[in-house]
This record gives sequence, structure tokens and C-alpha cells, in this order.
Amino acid sequence: MLYRENGQFKTNYKDDQRILGITQDRVFVWALVIFAFVGVPLLVDEYLFRAILIPFLILALAAVGVNILVGYCGQISLGSGAFMAVGAYGAYNVLMRFEGMPLIPALLAGGLCATIVGVVFGIPSLRVRGLYLAVATLAAQFFWDWAFLRVGWFTLYTPSGSVAVSNLQIFGWTINSPVEKYWLCLGFLTVFAFFAKNLVRSAIGRNWMAIRDMDVAAAVIGIRPVYAKLSAFAVSSFIVGVAGALWGFVHLGGWEPAAFGIERSFQLLFMVIIGGMGSIMGSMFGAAFIVALPIFLNQALPVVGSWVGVTISTAGIAHSEFMIFGALIVWFLIVEPHGLARLWSIGKQKLRVWPFPH
Amino acid sequence: MGFFIETLIGGLMAGMLYSLVALGFVLIFKASSVFNFAQGAMVLFAALAMARFSEWFPIWFGFDNLFLANLLAFLAAGALMFLMAWLIERLVLRHLVNQEGATLLMATLGISYFVDGLGQSIFGSDIYQIDIGMPKEPVFALENVFEGGIMLNLEDLYAAAIAASLVIVLTLFFNKTTTGRALRAVADDHQAAQSIGIPLNRIWFIVWCVAGVVALVAGMIWGSKLGVQFSLTTVALRALPVIILGGLTSVPGAIIGGLLIGVGEKLSEVFLGSYVGGGIEIWFAYVLALIVLMFRPQGLFGEKIIDRV
Repeated sequence: MLYRENGQFKTNYKDDQRILGITQDRVFVWALVIFAFVGVPLLVDEYLFRAILIPFLILALAAVGVNILVGYCGQISLGSGAFMAVGAYGAYNVLMRFEGMPLIPALLAGGLCATIVGVVFGIPSLRVRGLYLAVATLAAQFFWDWAFLRVGWFTLYTPSGSVAVSNLQIFGWTINSPVEKYWLCLGFLTVFAFFAKNLVRSAIGRNWMAIRDMDVAAAVIGIRPVYAKLSAFAVSSFIVGVAGALWGFVHLGGWEPAAFGIERSFQLLFMVIIGGMGSIMGSMFGAAFIVALPIFLNQALPVVGSWVGVTISTAGIAHSEFMIFGALIVWFLIVEPHGLARLWSIGKQKLRVWPFPH
Repeated sequence: MGFFIETLIGGLMAGMLYSLVALGFVLIFKASSVFNFAQGAMVLFAALAMARFSEWFPIWFGFDNLFLANLLAFLAAGALMFLMAWLIERLVLRHLVNQEGATLLMATLGISYFVDGLGQSIFGSDIYQIDIGMPKEPVFALENVFEGGIMLNLEDLYAAAIAASLVIVLTLFFNKTTTGRALRAVADDHQAAQSIGIPLNRIWFIVWCVAGVVALVAGMIWGSKLGVQFSLTTVALRALPVIILGGLTSVPGAIIGGLLIGVGEKLSEVFLGSYVGGGIEIWFAYVLALIVLMFRPQGLFGEKIIDRV
């Protein structure tokens, strides 16, 4: 009853092209953003920031990037972890090699490095597609894992091979406490999510979707596959690279290549598929699900074990986590192969026609 | 020259083992268009089952015969793999018919998490040994041709022999039996196969069983070489470039691709690796496969991809 678009007439093109066409949506999203910026820091304690919220924001940003490539352009990529790594190490190098480099340009420069690498490793997509491409992008993953481990130039020849960043500053404002880190990540996510949302509605976004649906047909109607595919790789890896830089700089502080291993690539792809391919909102749902699930299982399993009178060993918990995680993923794919975003839109549709669905 | 040939043979042996894992991938992809990421987990599971059963059976039944213990363990592990194949077909694949490739891929990743966790909670997560009585000591060949001869690992030779015989058995199975023909029919065209009365579900079950047996043999050989441990799952990742090099749908492709990758890896590691800091065999195979893909997108032996709008 509250969620109706009755009486909201669009009288000019500007109204017609708004991202959020319905007043209630607009109010809801703005309220959500304001709540996230102002309300959450008042309510949440430090542990939650560190363990859940900051990882969630950064991985949601990365998932938005992966979704552009996988969900909108249909190019399955298993190299996202590598693009995150390139972003992180690129930003690190820029920050360290140039005296007095400010933080935000360094993060964006990390994204640019990832863009270049993404375009280069996206070239095979012009020849191969589908599962062949998925395996081909694994080449990026293994190559960069190796490069950051073995080539000293990238890590400024630090003897341990791991790099660390301290004293993050923006215009003299030092980012120290979890809340400040949270604000920084949230700012990036908000800006990039709106950017991505706008991009996928534009001509370039429609090109991507045409390529995804049938690339030969898209080429026939005059969309250049080379341009469309490589631009998807570029935009996607830029966002993923920035997320990687944030992950290294803000979440971890110090890291080594293992932080961006192949598990990370799988994790990001899970987020996209569970959240819903071809949906910016869905990427965030997926990220929330994948970040929260292991933590929830970790906390819940010993409790459940004590109810039934079994003490589960630490190894046992780790293994059961694996099993439950795997089983839940499979179950989820079976009941809702289109992801959480589909549930969201079904819910919206139900609300719209409630209480008279016919 | 002797050293070169030694490396070459070492590469061929390693390649044989890669093709064993790759075979599992190809079999399932051919019959059901599922890219089975769980193959690595299945290899680990089978190897764990085999290792632990061969340890437990002599204690449970009170006999002391290595061969008998191994035989029984092999059969029991095989039965477990059949059960797993049945469960996967019944609980997962049947519900995901006609989904997109990416969704199926993710589902098999989910299965692989599950199987990893299951295997380690049932069988434990230490390093176990499989002793199938393969000789470990090296032999020297061609001593009169090269100075010092060529060092061969008898273990590798045995492993290659086992792998080769498995491939021959599989080829016979595919070409000479009715079931094999039905499998090939399903691989060619699901709908056509169904319309002449081949039950899809049963075929998928059989294919997963065969893949399970291939995983068991691969796990047994890898396990006896490296010890059975969690890192065995990464063997599957090493086998991925093999299948895209050979073509996702070609059994000979898996074998020849495996040999090429094995040789390429070893030669590159030995002759190029030292210039760039070593450890390049991990990505070299992928880059090799990538270069081949640029010229032949369907792999060396894959079916030609024909696009229709």
C-alpha cells in the first residue's frame, strides 16, 4: 500500500531517465545511504566494523566490478583476485615511489594499473568464450601470484616479501579508527555503485548486454565486440583494482600475495552468482551473504554442538564449515539460480500489487 | 643431451598424470556440459578413502597382506565414489538441468567445498601414505649411448603404465560396449539421444561413476607419489590448462595435452626458470594454453565451434 507508483507521472525526459524512478525507491535509497553514513557508526561496535562491515564494503565494491564483467558482459572471469592484487600492489608502488603522493590518487592509480592488466588479459576473450575463457583468465591469477612473490621490483625488494602501508591520510585527516576506515570504504562504494549503475544504463552498458546475450548477433547489428569486451574488462578491472587497493591499504594494512589468491577469485564469483548476475544491488547482497556466512557458521556451530551435547574440535568446525558452506551454495543455486536480486525484485513486485495481487 | 632427455621423460611422466586428472574433466564435460571443478576434490576424497581403508581393513579383519588390503581398499573407495556419483546426480545435477554454464560451474565449486570438508572429517586431515608396492629406486638406461645414462624413476614408469592401461580400458568401454555408445550419443546431442530412448539421468550417473573411478586411479597414483594431503586438490588446477589445450570435449586431446603440458612445464622450469627466479611451472602451462587458444579457440582437438545466430 505504501509502495505504489500510482499518480507519479513523468512529464519530461529527465524524470523518465532517473536511476530511481519511483519516489519511494528514492526515499528508501537516500535513507539507506544516510543511515549507513551516520546511523551505523553510532550503533555498531569496533569488532563488527573490523570483522564484517569493512570487508563487506570492500568486497561488495569488488563484486560490483566483477558483476560488470560477468553479469553484464557475460565474460566469466576467474582472475579477479589477480586484478585486486594488481590494484593493491600498483597503489602501493605509486604511493611509495612518488614523494608526497596523496592517498586517493594512489588508490585510483592502483585501479588504473589493474585496468591496463585487465585489458591485456582480456584480449583472449576476443577469441574464446565461456568456460574456455574462465580457464584462460586463471592464467592471470597464477601469473600475478607468482610475479608478486618472485619479482622483487613490485615489493620494493622488501626482504620478507610482504608489504605494509601505514599512516593513511586524506588532506591531513588521518584514517585510523575503524569508523574512519568504514567511512572511506563506504564513500568509495557509494560513488562507484552509482557510477556503475549509471554506466550499465548507458549506451556502453547496452552494448555489453547485447554482447552477453549473443555476441555474433550483437556484431551483426553493429556493436564492435572488440571495443565492448575490452571496455568491460577495463571498467571491471578498474573497480576491482580500487577494491583491491582498499583491501590491502585499509582492511589488511600489510599483506602478501596469498591475500589475493585464487580463493578470492572464487569468492568474488560466488558473490556475483549468489547475489544475481547483472544486478548492482545483487552484488551487495551477494557480498553480504558470503562475508557473513562463514562468520555466522563459526559462531553458531559450537553453540549448536553444545545443544546436542557434542563438543566439536577446531578442525571439525573448520571442516563442517566447508561442508555447510558448500551445501548451502548448491542449495541456493538450485532454489534460486537467479540470485538474491531476483528475490528482491519479486518482493518489490509483490509489494507493488499488495493487497490485491490480481 | 642426456640431461635434456631425462627432463623430457620426467615431463612425459608428469604429463601422463595430468592427463589422468584431465580425463575426469573431459568425460563429464562431454556427457553433461558440466565443467566439473569438483574433480580435484574427488581426487582427494578417493585418495583419502583408499589410504585410510588400506590402513583400517587389516586391523578390522585381522589379516596381514598388503595386496589384499590394497585391493579391498580400492574396491571400497570405488564403491564410495559410485555412491557419491549417485548422490551428486540425484541431489544436484537433476535440479540444475538447463542452467547456464556459470551456474553449473559454481554448483560444482560448492560440491568441491562439501566433498573437501566431508573427506577430511571422515578420514582425517593429516598426511597419509598409499603404498601400492611401487618400487622407489631409480634405474639407469641407455648407459652405452650417453655418459652416465639416463636416470629413470621406476615409480613413474609404473604410474605411466597404469595410466595408459586405464586409458585403453576407457577407450574400449566407449567404443565397444552398448553403454559406451549411449554415452557418446548423449555427448553428441542430449535431445536426440533422449528421443531414441537413452535415459539421460542414468547416463549422467554412469559418467560421474567413470569420472569417480578415474579420480580414484589418479588419487592413488598421485597419493603414492606425493602422500595424500589437502594440497592434492591443487592437482586439479594444474590439469585445467591441459583440457583447454587439448579441447574440452576430446579424450585424445586430454592425453596429448597432458603430455605437452607436462613436457613444457618441466623444460621451461629447467631451462628458462633460472633466468626469472624459478617457480614458473605454475603459470607456464596456463600461458602455453592461452597462446594455443589465440590460434585455435577450441583447443587442439576440440570440436570446431560454429556460431549461429
